[in-house]
Amino acid sequence: MWRRILALTIKEFLALLKDKRSRMVVVVPPLVQLLVFGYAATYDLKNVPYAVYNEDTGKASRDLLAGFRGSPNFSEVALLSSEGQIEPVIDKKEALLVIHIDSRFSRDLLLGRSARVQIIVDGRNSNTAMLAQNYASTIINNFNTAWNARHGRAGPPAYVTTRAWFNPNLESRWFIVPGIVGLLTLVVTMMVTALSVAREREQGTFDQLLVTPLRPLEMIIGKSLPGFLIGMSEATVIILAAVLWFKVPFLGNVATLYTGVFLFLLSAIGIGLMISSIAITQQQGLLGAFLFLVPAIILSGFTTPIANMPPLIQELTLLNPMRYFMVILRGVFLEGMSFHLLIGQFWPLAAIAVTTLTAAGWLFRHRLY
Amino acid sequence: MTPENVKKTARTSGGLPGGGGKMRLRGLLRKEFLQILRDPSSIAIAFLMPVLLLLLFGYGVSLNAKHVPLGIVVDNPNADTSSFIGSFRQSSYFSPVVMPGMRQAVTAMESGDIEGILHLREDFSRQLRGPEGAPIQVIVDGTDANNARQISGYVQDAWSKWLGLRSIARGSAMNNIPVQTEQRIWFNSELRSRDFLVPGLIAVIMTLIGALLTAMVMAREWERGTMEALLATPVEKREILLGKIIPYFTLGLGGMTLSVTMSFFLFRVPLIGSLFVLFVAASLFLFASLGMGLLISIISKNQFVAGQVAIIVTFLPAFILSGFIFDIRSMPLPIRFVTHLIAASYFVAILQTVFLAGDIWQVILPNALALVIMSAIFLGISTRKFRKRLE
Repeated sequence: MWRRILALTIKEFLALLKDKRSRMVVVVPPLVQLLVFGYAATYDLKNVPYAVYNEDTGKASRDLLAGFRGSPNFSEVALLSSEGQIEPVIDKKEALLVIHIDSRFSRDLLLGRSARVQIIVDGRNSNTAMLAQNYASTIINNFNTAWNARHGRAGPPAYVTTRAWFNPNLESRWFIVPGIVGLLTLVVTMMVTALSVAREREQGTFDQLLVTPLRPLEMIIGKSLPGFLIGMSEATVIILAAVLWFKVPFLGNVATLYTGVFLFLLSAIGIGLMISSIAITQQQGLLGAFLFLVPAIILSGFTTPIANMPPLIQELTLLNPMRYFMVILRGVFLEGMSFHLLIGQFWPLAAIAVTTLTAAGWLFRHRLY
Repeated sequence: MTPENVKKTARTSGGLPGGGGKMRLRGLLRKEFLQILRDPSSIAIAFLMPVLLLLLFGYGVSLNAKHVPLGIVVDNPNADTSSFIGSFRQSSYFSPVVMPGMRQAVTAMESGDIEGILHLREDFSRQLRGPEGAPIQVIVDGTDANNARQISGYVQDAWSKWLGLRSIARGSAMNNIPVQTEQRIWFNSELRSRDFLVPGLIAVIMTLIGALLTAMVMAREWERGTMEALLATPVEKREILLGKIIPYFTLGLGGMTLSVTMSFFLFRVPLIGSLFVLFVAASLFLFASLGMGLLISIISKNQFVAGQVAIIVTFLPAFILSGFIFDIRSMPLPIRFVTHLIAASYFVAILQTVFLAGDIWQVILPNALALVIMSAIFLGISTRKFRKRLE
């Protein structure tokens, strides 16, 4: 039995790697993408471009603006001299945010009244807008505290102190890079498996495979091994890069993480082979791969939390292996989750793997066109 | 028709003067359309995919946290604490869970049942009346940094609302907050993330449609040997390429129409700018993305490699580097340079502006120009590579 499996595996590897371009495509782009995406995928805003329209001549307004100038989160791009300039500067995306201080600002403050500052934010990217707005509030709050202290006035009766666990500086890269491990592993596995059976069907070599003494189980193992080995080694490289290059803290246990990688790879391979054996042409295989890949990534919690989705879609994500893998990756990396805490993620992955691999094996023989 | 033209036409079309080019192209188009109809996967790519993806993502993708499970620990419950907690109960951003003590709250946070803890200490009421003010301790789960920031923003909002109500109730002007901020969010006043994500999603979907439709078509003809047959006929290479682009361009525009209709009627994304600008931009983008597909198809020579390349270069770059979800302005400089190589980034900029802000030419024109240049490059290289392969 093992000799037959070995023979099939060697043949699969040859089919995959004999073409120089195919070899390149499987190895180089995932590594390049890891590097580019690792830096690109961040929600953290730095250097928010802002413009100032200050009608006030007093010192108080200058003090307030000094807070913005001194912040690494903001960079001043324009000083406006009329209200009419606000609109074009935002429309053209020169500034994300405009601070408008009216002429009574310093006077109001010195008289002990509340002074007003208008903050205008470009809402085209609502998430960026929300962050910029939060940063601005923080600076204004600091100004308020300093003002109260300097003028001997009582502050607000209660104040909020916030701490973040597991990621004290709230670096979104720590959250995103472990996600990229899952993302690229999935893409590579799909690339290797989703077209493999479809190609053989289109070229007619699959019929030859069917008349060999290979049993369905052996065929499944032989067809899965290349994807598994390639996926495993790329996942390892990416995990190493996440820890050594991107310096994402790794608090958990390597064995726990690899249990997750193992089960995830099996389920991804199962889905890839299933798509591949349903498809009659490679074009259909490619379409199938995308119809799985795109929702699997977008609805995995990689970029937008599953908790924000409506209940129906949340239930749909239960079928998505990526969803479980994301929890495992982030849990092991950032929170040091134990094997025991992650069992709830392991068994659905195992169930998906068993189901899809069985279905693929059945389809090998029964899907004749 | 000048004599030279007649001569040229006569030579290339094997002696049939005039009309031959048109006829040949018509023949090719007919063949391509028949092929599309016979393998319905192309039609599925153009029409089924946008519907399915827009439905899933339009409803599924949201950056707005709602009903965040927040553990509340009050060491010494009294009138002050319950008035403060009350402001959280009314908010749709939180679904507060009262916990008996910090120990239980910490356990719940570690197992992921709650995403934040709000802790009011023993002497909250006393400090509230003291000179220093009372601390409100908030701990958020920082694993998802973006979510954590939103939650702490919401807590700040609830806190300042509560302060406002409290000082009104006590009849004092809000004079212990010197500077009041008045926020104005233009283009998306409620900060609905769906309004900015759906237009960007159209760009991602169109990237997939464009590249998927064409990535295989040339490789398939080579692989099956029909390309040789095609070349033996009097058609010109340019006509072969045109015959490939036109049908898929039509399909792509169909997909675009469907996506815009769904965004507007189903997801209620406002369309401030004009439909005309939207479709001109979409056409330019389609040329670029079909051009990229054709190039993949010509370089790869076989469908297997073409499919692999299409998976690698289309979806993930359009998803992560286009500004669809991650703001390009937040990326480091070298990466921002890389985003200029992604056609989708120009289309996303146009879509977000046209949908939410209107026809702002300072944004539209440079991006449209970039799309024209990209289409020219992709189609130009495709034509050259295609000629070369024949030699």
